[in-house]
Amino acid sequence: MREDVSIVICGQAGQGIKTLEGLLAKIFSTAGFNIFTTREFMSRIRGGMNSTAIRVSSSPVQCYSRRVDILVSLHIGGVAHLGDRVGAETLILGDEGTVSDGEKKGRNFASVAGKEIAKELGGAVYANTVSVGAISGVLGLDGEAAEKVVESYFSRRDEEIREKNLRAFRRGQKRGREIAGEKELSFPLKSSKKKAGEVFLNGTQGVALGAIAGGCNFLSFYPMSPATGVGVFLAGKSEEFGIEVIQAEDEISAVNMALGAWYAGGRGLVTTSGGGFALMNEGLSLAGMIESPLVIHLAQRPGPATGLPTRTEQGDLLFTLFAGHGEFPRAILSPGTIEECFDLTRRAFLLADRWQVPVIVLTDQYLLDSAYNFPLPEIPEEKIENRIIETEKDYRRYDPGEDGVSPRGIPGHGKGLVLADSDEHDRHGRITEDFGVRVEMVDKRAKKLTGLTREALEPEFFGDENYRTLVVGWGSTYPAIRESLEKAGEKGIGGLHFRQVYPLHPKTADYLRRAEKTIVIENNPSGQFARLLKMTFGVETGGGLRKYNGLPFSREEISQALDQEADNE
Amino acid sequence: MSETPFDLKDAAIAWCPGCGNFGILNVLKNSLAELEIAPEKLVMVSGIGQAAKIPQYLKCNFFNGLHGRSLPAASAIKAANPELTVIAESGDGCMYGEGGNHFIHSIRRDPDITCLVHNNMIYGLTKGQASPTSLTGFRTPVQVNGVISEPFNPLAVAIALNASFVARAYVKNTEQTQETLKQAIGHRGFALVDIFQPCVTFNQLNTYDWFQENTYYLKDDHDPTDRAAAFARALETEKYPLGVFYRGPEREPFEAALGEHLPGGAEPLYRRKFDRERLVKLWESFGI
Repeated sequence: MREDVSIVICGQAGQGIKTLEGLLAKIFSTAGFNIFTTREFMSRIRGGMNSTAIRVSSSPVQCYSRRVDILVSLHIGGVAHLGDRVGAETLILGDEGTVSDGEKKGRNFASVAGKEIAKELGGAVYANTVSVGAISGVLGLDGEAAEKVVESYFSRRDEEIREKNLRAFRRGQKRGREIAGEKELSFPLKSSKKKAGEVFLNGTQGVALGAIAGGCNFLSFYPMSPATGVGVFLAGKSEEFGIEVIQAEDEISAVNMALGAWYAGGRGLVTTSGGGFALMNEGLSLAGMIESPLVIHLAQRPGPATGLPTRTEQGDLLFTLFAGHGEFPRAILSPGTIEECFDLTRRAFLLADRWQVPVIVLTDQYLLDSAYNFPLPEIPEEKIENRIIETEKDYRRYDPGEDGVSPRGIPGHGKGLVLADSDEHDRHGRITEDFGVRVEMVDKRAKKLTGLTREALEPEFFGDENYRTLVVGWGSTYPAIRESLEKAGEKGIGGLHFRQVYPLHPKTADYLRRAEKTIVIENNPSGQFARLLKMTFGVETGGGLRKYNGLPFSREEISQALDQEADNE
Repeated sequence: MSETPFDLKDAAIAWCPGCGNFGILNVLKNSLAELEIAPEKLVMVSGIGQAAKIPQYLKCNFFNGLHGRSLPAASAIKAANPELTVIAESGDGCMYGEGGNHFIHSIRRDPDITCLVHNNMIYGLTKGQASPTSLTGFRTPVQVNGVISEPFNPLAVAIALNASFVARAYVKNTEQTQETLKQAIGHRGFALVDIFQPCVTFNQLNTYDWFQENTYYLKDDHDPTDRAAAFARALETEKYPLGVFYRGPEREPFEAALGEHLPGGAEPLYRRKFDRERLVKLWESFGI
């Protein structure tokens, strides 16, 4: 029996792909399956060609598959858009008007007649619900259970709309069953192991929830794809959680606002992408100089410049590491799963506050726009409180403290004065040009990197402990690498996932030295993490797999590359 | 000079002898003292330049940040803790040039902060280039044939944006300047005071005498609630009017409007408590 089915819905922006995805996700989940969804889309509001992929599986799935079992084409050009992902086996569902003759040629097309049915029901809007029904029918899902989901999905709409959607669903389902019969299809999915009480959310929501869990109460940002979603989500929850949300005039303002907020006792976040982060660089450097906590969510997309605004890449790792003039410590976290989006964004706030440094959470479009189900995580009981002190009259902001960290006061809380200066400053925080004080302050700031390294997260190992080949990844490539390794189940291969790319955990060196061969898999052209490993540990990593066309790695691509490696040996 | 709680005994001041900044420092200290603002409740926010060093010579909290970026930091400080008195102070290059975009949008946002701009119509710390307010034709080692650009008119811009409080002062007129500063700091909303001051080292055109000859005070018949009249006055350049040009309509300042809908309202952020139970509920809402 099959483990999973991969469904893709393709159409123009504005055709309701999102609704289709939402409804299908609920139906599959109710039927007890695990689901993974991800989106790829063009930079426009209407038109273009976008698609959503849904993997339905009996076991948990967290990454995207290239294979397409069922394609729902909502517009002519949809089949062509997916290119060679559509094979002879792929069942193409659509209408005469949504798939061209050329697209049908030599392929496995079946008409759902959604438009016709929708017309009968009184509106083109019902066509998508017909498609949902058709998929449910083709897959042989329990019709009654699915109907209940449809009913509840439209429960807030008026009765006529609800009723028509139900009828559209039934008609579609009937047609789907007919198609399965005509084509002698069977997609029997194994019964699922999915437990009740799971949650389903995407990376954007994971990051935003993590920020709330980290005590975020101030957000300043300028909209930029793919980072905007975090801002929109937090704005939506601002009244519930008491978050001051400011849409700034530009990213420069946004980062300076966040620093102002931390200075005055807030817990500030900025969310941006590479271009916006470039504008924030001087502000980042200011955080280093005034030893301010700061949390930056940097959602990567392909550059340089505007690049591919709605696509994905891991191209800003070294930029993030070296951003800002002058030297100062920082930490860079790189979640690979939605759970890690939550954990690490929360951690970013704690680290920033503890070490009074900027902390960057490095995500990408693929991770942010992907969603899957997983068990409700434990929300830490640990109290979130500012590490600030009530100042005494003789308070000095930059008195030497343990590990280079001085007790942090804020203005208006205590009898002391709190001075923050972008110039080099003395222990009070007052401007100085004294060379001795300069050296003392540089050393004080640099010292924090020792503590940050001590608290660095260890990379996560998986696979064969007695590996000869080590497959290394960071950030969003993790689930695809992990699934590929698990599927292959080969001896002698281990995997290493980095949730923190800076500072690197010292144990990394041991992992690398034990490997005869290291393959670093990265969504960028030059192998930035491989270069970072070499720079940090002097370890030359041999092979590497890079992808930089704007799309994420699929499980199959990684499997193929690993197979090839094995053949070469 | 009288003593104030803001005096810093052994400050090594980096200004040139005779600089207009000294006068502004004194007037500011006296204004703050007369308004009975406590030094520990005051945050001076500045950018970069000779004017931006003013917080260094005051006994108070300060955030001496980046060139041009004082207003975003100041707005956020006020939003994070509305109990603080927040003054952003810098020079014409910092506020109107490097920070021009923030100047526009801070006025639109209208936080309850004061914006003091030392306007000497030149870049001093970088040794004598044109500033956004330099007069057309003014020669410098960079603008060798004279400034080509139209001078930036901060008052007209502020009034066009319906700013909350718009004034101009001339530092030599201590009494009037102090009165204007007191009104600005006491004003609820964004208060701009553009302060004329000479750069005695690099600007040989706009000297103490020049400012004396080319300014006059708005008379009692000027109605600061009349926006069109205020705008017309702001356009005058034959002689530059001094005093309070404009008071915008009364409204909730930015931070109050921002906090209005939040639990805790105007409570400073550092006193707010994290609500774990709400977060658990939010997580549960993602149940499928």
